[in-house]
Amino acid sequence: MLLLCITGLPLIFHEQIDDLLHSQVKPADVPPGTPPANLDRLLGSALEQASGKVPHFLIWDRDDPSAMFVSVGPTIDADPTNNLLIRMDTHTGAYLDAPDVTGRFTYIMLKLHTDMFAGQSGKLFLGLMGILFCVAIISGIVVYAPSMRKLRFGAYRAQRTRVVRWLDVHNLAGILLVAWTLVVGFTGVINTWADLVLKMWQFGQLAEMTAQYKDRPVPSKLTSLNAAVEVATHAVPGMTPSFVAFPGTLFSSKSHYAVFLHGDTPLTSRLLKPALIDAETGKLTDTRDMPWYVTTLFVSQPLHFGDYGGMPLKIVWALLDILTIFILVTGVYLWMRRRRAGVSQERAIANAASLDNPALSS
Amino acid sequence: MVSHRSLTQIFTAPLVIAIVSTVGLISALVGDGWWDAVSWAGLGLPVLLYVHFIWRRQPN
Repeated sequence: MLLLCITGLPLIFHEQIDDLLHSQVKPADVPPGTPPANLDRLLGSALEQASGKVPHFLIWDRDDPSAMFVSVGPTIDADPTNNLLIRMDTHTGAYLDAPDVTGRFTYIMLKLHTDMFAGQSGKLFLGLMGILFCVAIISGIVVYAPSMRKLRFGAYRAQRTRVVRWLDVHNLAGILLVAWTLVVGFTGVINTWADLVLKMWQFGQLAEMTAQYKDRPVPSKLTSLNAAVEVATHAVPGMTPSFVAFPGTLFSSKSHYAVFLHGDTPLTSRLLKPALIDAETGKLTDTRDMPWYVTTLFVSQPLHFGDYGGMPLKIVWALLDILTIFILVTGVYLWMRRRRAGVSQERAIANAASLDNPALSS
Repeated sequence: MVSHRSLTQIFTAPLVIAIVSTVGLISALVGDGWWDAVSWAGLGLPVLLYVHFIWRRQPN
């Protein structure tokens, strides 16, 4: 858990850290209202930079409307986590850069935070740790009551020995942060199930939506990407495209462009809605809201990352994370001390409490 | 020193803080601008209270 809290701290500011450590090519300055480049042209110039590779996804940059990414892999069924991301200028359609992110500090932190470089089993292990973390918080609430029988809320006995002071820090920070730690812990657990949720959606809703295409061959030539995105945005008014999954990738069928769109409020911008465009005819096949389990995952992401309320929220998030590190460190200290001395925490409190009360200690 | 306190006495303040932080967690999801500010305040409260309680008792 300590590892998760420590690696999570820089991840809160991953964009700022990346900006600071790594320079990237700036997109062209364009007057407001400049129309975006034709996506087929943009895709074409991206693929010129990656000969022999096939496009998996076309992704709009959430934070920078003048940049977008083309994610390419060696084959269409290759593992997309190893894909190369090519950054393109949204307005000119020109190539910007394609940095290798895998050596970056934030990437290493992210891997340590999500799967400890151990793939799916690492993720599920950390998910289990997250569940235990939530259980520990709840048991902490239970033992908070006997600890505080004789103490005022917020008591910090600064003159006492370290064990008492650290116990007070542990109790105080633990009870103050209880809602935040439970939410961040539990949403983190949900995030470890992301791959399973994706599989469920693939075999559930996506399979249903594309049932009639099941036995069709893969289209030999794909229709215009630009037209597909246009059809999708017309089919779902009021929403903006977030990314397109090419036919044959994890997020689509063999015969469709899957255009994922998002809304414009903090919450609806997280809720993606797929519009499936037949890649042979360019017509809309179907568009549906995501099932509840995918929506749950989408909502749990901002609640874990803390990236939904501007820079002040990120700073608050970081402070809460630091306090959680205090809780963990003091918790481990108290536990080790109890093991070593064979004295229970409750006894330590009782002794400390009696020192406060001369009538009891005499 | 306070004598034995009941469960209600022990958990009233934590419950209020938990509710305020939950409001803070949700509000920035609902909207921007003022909603964000509510969120900063709601989640900043536990941090401020922590600093307040730790520093209050230090005489020097």
